[in-house]
Amino acid sequence: MSVLNINAIRDDFPILHQQINGQPLVYLDNAATSQKPKQVIDAVSDFYQQDNANIHRGVHQLSQRATDAYEGARDKVRQFLNAASDKEIIFTRGATEAVNLVAQSFLRPKLQAGDEILISYLEHHANIVPWQMLCEQTGAKLNVIPMTQSGELDLSDLDNLLTSRTKMLAIGHVSNALGTINPVKAITAKARAKAIPVLIDGAQAVPHMAVDVTDIDCDFYVLSGHKMFAPTGIGALYGRETLLAAMPPYQGGGDMILSVSFEQTIYNELPYKFEAGTPHIAGAIGLGAAIEYMWSIGLDNIAAQEHHLLQLATDKIRALPGVEIIGTSANKAAVLSFMIEGVHPHDVGTIFDQDGVAIRTGHHCAQPVMAFYDIPATARASFAFYNNEAEVEALIRAILKTQELFS
Amino acid sequence: MSDLRDLYQQVIMDHNKNPRNFREIDDANHLAHGNNPLCGDKLVVYLKLEDEKIIDVSFTGSGCAISKASASLMTEALKGKTVTEADAIYQQVHKVMTGESSDRDLLGKLEVLSGVKDFPARVKCATLSWHTAHAAMDSDHDISITTE
Repeated sequence: MSVLNINAIRDDFPILHQQINGQPLVYLDNAATSQKPKQVIDAVSDFYQQDNANIHRGVHQLSQRATDAYEGARDKVRQFLNAASDKEIIFTRGATEAVNLVAQSFLRPKLQAGDEILISYLEHHANIVPWQMLCEQTGAKLNVIPMTQSGELDLSDLDNLLTSRTKMLAIGHVSNALGTINPVKAITAKARAKAIPVLIDGAQAVPHMAVDVTDIDCDFYVLSGHKMFAPTGIGALYGRETLLAAMPPYQGGGDMILSVSFEQTIYNELPYKFEAGTPHIAGAIGLGAAIEYMWSIGLDNIAAQEHHLLQLATDKIRALPGVEIIGTSANKAAVLSFMIEGVHPHDVGTIFDQDGVAIRTGHHCAQPVMAFYDIPATARASFAFYNNEAEVEALIRAILKTQELFS
Repeated sequence: MSDLRDLYQQVIMDHNKNPRNFREIDDANHLAHGNNPLCGDKLVVYLKLEDEKIIDVSFTGSGCAISKASASLMTEALKGKTVTEADAIYQQVHKVMTGESSDRDLLGKLEVLSGVKDFPARVKCATLSWHTAHAAMDSDHDISITTE
């Protein structure tokens, strides 16, 4: 039984209370994007209605309020990740931009032809393509940690994959396609023992569990707001202060300067050096509100509720003939990828939608994972803490209906 | 709301399970690869043209029930037709599936595909094979087309 009052929590999410095709919405596509609580929607709305102004520039009161709210949100992100300083938190458009920032600003100046970047088979495209682009630009080589049939990283050869030429290890905390939680702390320790910097893509981890970058001891950690109950278009990069301080700016203009003449520009201090232009102020405030909201629920409670739903759904699906779960790691976040025998996932998605059950079908921007299993796509149900047992039942009913239609 | 049964009619389900002309044509003189990167659907359409007439047409690949059935129905509809006739059918199917035309009667047996227009997310599944066949007819070398 859950320690949370799920009905009360669901009241915080206005979008959940609607019908789709005449059926109550069952939203199980949280890994793609999460829904937003009133607290976040109100924070964004209140900002525009009461405090809207540009930050760090104006001497007037609205600008001060906007600046305080924006910087307050930064401090919440710092606390949320347990970073040492607000200087280590850079607001970005999302996890993808944060990866690109590290690739281009941190790594590119250090990289030479023949150097290596190590990623894993489980990555989604945002933690593959920026590194691939960097390899094309520099002549470096992309290496890949293999995976096992259960959807876990095969770390047996990690020591050999971390070579003297490895200049970066970039790895996902949680697989978006399979839900696998990677042992990032142990992996980071191995890389750091060889002085190899580590970036962790936490976009799929932060909505589900408490994350402590100091404990993990990684150099960079990236997250997306929209997957953790905050607006789209906002995310954050955590970076070790000494590394960020030594990095050149990623983009030019706006707040990232101290002074500009046509002869020379002096860059601003951290973290503003990396926040060119007017940032997504309302988005950052929304992200801060989302963090407050998650704290009010309790990160451990969130993890417990999602684990309960995942376990329940997994047990029920395992009992169904003709349904196979893809990704069976013992340590998973609330993501359930599956195949219904004889039915393409896209047909599954359409049939589910007729019953109001929203799931993702496709390759989940993780085509190498699909290639590993030799499948074009999977159907993926992904849970948030606001999902309930009745919605697991609706998922099972939708599977049975699909099987009946295709029988 | 449109019924699921409009989309997944018996004819569609039958063509999905037993796709017609699901094979390679060894001496095909027109060929195109179709790819929907959003779905991961991939297929190849083979055509054998003689004197502007489609002597044989087939397809291989993988996809959902809608894309497979559509490809299967397409091969049946195009076989024996002249390139001009095939082009006219392509245009008509495309218009009906995208909701540009409501004259379903013109489609004959292909009318079963018209249900897809009520499922906008699935239109690309149904049109992939047709776009690919169209591309194959237009070219005498192997080309790739992509829909997304």
